[in-house]
Amino acid sequence: MKLTHIIAGAVAAFGAATAALADPAIIYDLGGKFDKSFNEAAFNGATKWAEETGGSFDDFEMQNEAQREQALRRFAARGSNPIVVTGFAFGDALASVAAEFPDTNFAIIDMVVDQPNVRSVVFNEHEGSYLVGMMAAMASKSGTVGFVGGMDIPLISKFACGYVQGAKAANADVNVLQNMTGSDPSAWNDPVKGGEITKAQVDQGADVVYHAAGGTGRGVLQAAADAGILGIGVDSNQNHLFPGSVLTSMLKRVDVAVYNAFTDGTSDNFETGFNILGLKEGGVGYALDENNESLVSAEMLDAVNAAAEKIKSGELAVHDYTSDSACPVM
Amino acid sequence: MDLATILQLFDSSLRLATPLLFACLAGLFSERAGIFDIGLEGKILASAFAAGAFAAVTGSAMLGLCAGLVASIMMSLIHGLASITFQGNQIISGVAINFLASGLTALIGQNWFHQGGQTPPLSGSGRFQSLTWPLAEKLNSLPVIGPIYKELISGHNILVYVALLCVPVTWWVLFRTRFGLRLRAVGENPGAVDTAGISVTRLRYQAVIICGILCGLAGVYLSTAMAAGFGREMSAGRGFIALAALIFAKWKPVPALFTCLLFGFLEAVAIRYQSIDLGFGTVPVQFMQALPYILTVVILAGFVGKAIPPKAGGRPYVKER
Repeated sequence: MKLTHIIAGAVAAFGAATAALADPAIIYDLGGKFDKSFNEAAFNGATKWAEETGGSFDDFEMQNEAQREQALRRFAARGSNPIVVTGFAFGDALASVAAEFPDTNFAIIDMVVDQPNVRSVVFNEHEGSYLVGMMAAMASKSGTVGFVGGMDIPLISKFACGYVQGAKAANADVNVLQNMTGSDPSAWNDPVKGGEITKAQVDQGADVVYHAAGGTGRGVLQAAADAGILGIGVDSNQNHLFPGSVLTSMLKRVDVAVYNAFTDGTSDNFETGFNILGLKEGGVGYALDENNESLVSAEMLDAVNAAAEKIKSGELAVHDYTSDSACPVM
Repeated sequence: MDLATILQLFDSSLRLATPLLFACLAGLFSERAGIFDIGLEGKILASAFAAGAFAAVTGSAMLGLCAGLVASIMMSLIHGLASITFQGNQIISGVAINFLASGLTALIGQNWFHQGGQTPPLSGSGRFQSLTWPLAEKLNSLPVIGPIYKELISGHNILVYVALLCVPVTWWVLFRTRFGLRLRAVGENPGAVDTAGISVTRLRYQAVIICGILCGLAGVYLSTAMAAGFGREMSAGRGFIALAALIFAKWKPVPALFTCLLFGFLEAVAIRYQSIDLGFGTVPVQFMQALPYILTVVILAGFVGKAIPPKAGGRPYVKER
């Protein structure tokens, strides 16, 4: 009995000691750390923080759904602070774990969790998607463009809806094909199916295909490059994956969100609550670099930049699918 | 629905059916010899990984193919060792193969390439490119036959044609050669084969190795022909669908071809028609994506008739002393 007490005391003391020297931690969603897209952007943000501060962080790649809450609780119990989770699917798990560890700071990306110690970061993906939708419609010669989503959830419909609005704004007669990869989280990491969906869209006449599908998107961009059409990347800058075959990438600065969370969390400056990053805040945008310069015409740039200015000033409001679960143009 | 759409659907079905067909024929050889094999999935995965990794490192799809075959045959031999030599339970050994492949590919992949279990993307000679048959463009102007030739027959990679060729070859080997007769006998009545002075162990090992080669081709096709590189768990249940197809085809090669094409077709339809508007409402995408599995259950439960597996299947052969 006495011995157990001593051990329990020692464990408690040890726990307190590690908590004081807490490293930040990050848990990636099922697409995996190297999905070249969403989770990789988060990883890049964390790496940037580590390089700049010389600090270190813990990270974890889930292998299945069951590990979601388990990993979160384990990091919290080990004293990691702050803990960043990437992906809407962490919502429920975080809501319960955040309540159990009120002294730990959490940040979640793509989801709102209403707890006093949670920062919820959401992006205005529809604004960025609107811009790449315009570029897609202007680059298309066939008048048909495609969209490949990952898991069939409102967040991805938000991408799709913004994209269709942008495409229709640039060319009112454009035909937009839309497909989702699946209805469970494995849809984030199924490049084979992504490629097959893209081939089906190419068969139906699409010559620009935008994906919002995490790791599945590797297959989409590959199939687009194979078929000699243009792909559009998402989240990270994916222009370099198939130079000359990726029109642009819809940037979602998950890296900035993770970097900020780590910086604020380790300097006791962590603001919780609701954090929206849109075009105005530089949270979303499109990528232009040496790999796609030749694909993007001056005319396209002018149109897109003009639209971007209007969105920033509030003159142009892009409809957000998640606000009413409906899309006026679809 | 016009001809072009139908051809595109069949084209897509053929691409999706190819890995199923390889795996289905693999299971056919193994089960006809009395070795149940639910480890098809694991073998496909192991082979897909080895092929993706070696093709990425060497830049040659052919070397990737060799590596994939070796990996799959190794897995087969483990299954053979457990279930033939040590007379273990074949189902348990098969499950073990699946877990082993799932874990090993992720572990080795992560330590080798540091990309979360993926292999680097393949390009150029690292992949099996699609072959365009002679005259495909010229004949395209012919009505009906031209597009069929161009879209459906031409323009696949070599492994698709190999898979189709495997069907008559399998039939010929099983039903027209001495080896095939013995192989079938060893799955029905190994005692009789043994009495005739033929080694049951040797025959079963041969069957298991053929199973490994065919599963290997399925995996190679996934990572170096259909996709460009290996991704975690990329076999995505195809080994199990192949098993269902095998039962549906009643362990016969030609029905196996049609069953696999049917499953491929269902998947192609699910991909292409995600929400069908019926006028009074749309069929939700979830239903379309579940359709292949729903039909699998319906077909297996209601339409397959009586599927009788090889009589000695699943039982290790023990010589009477």
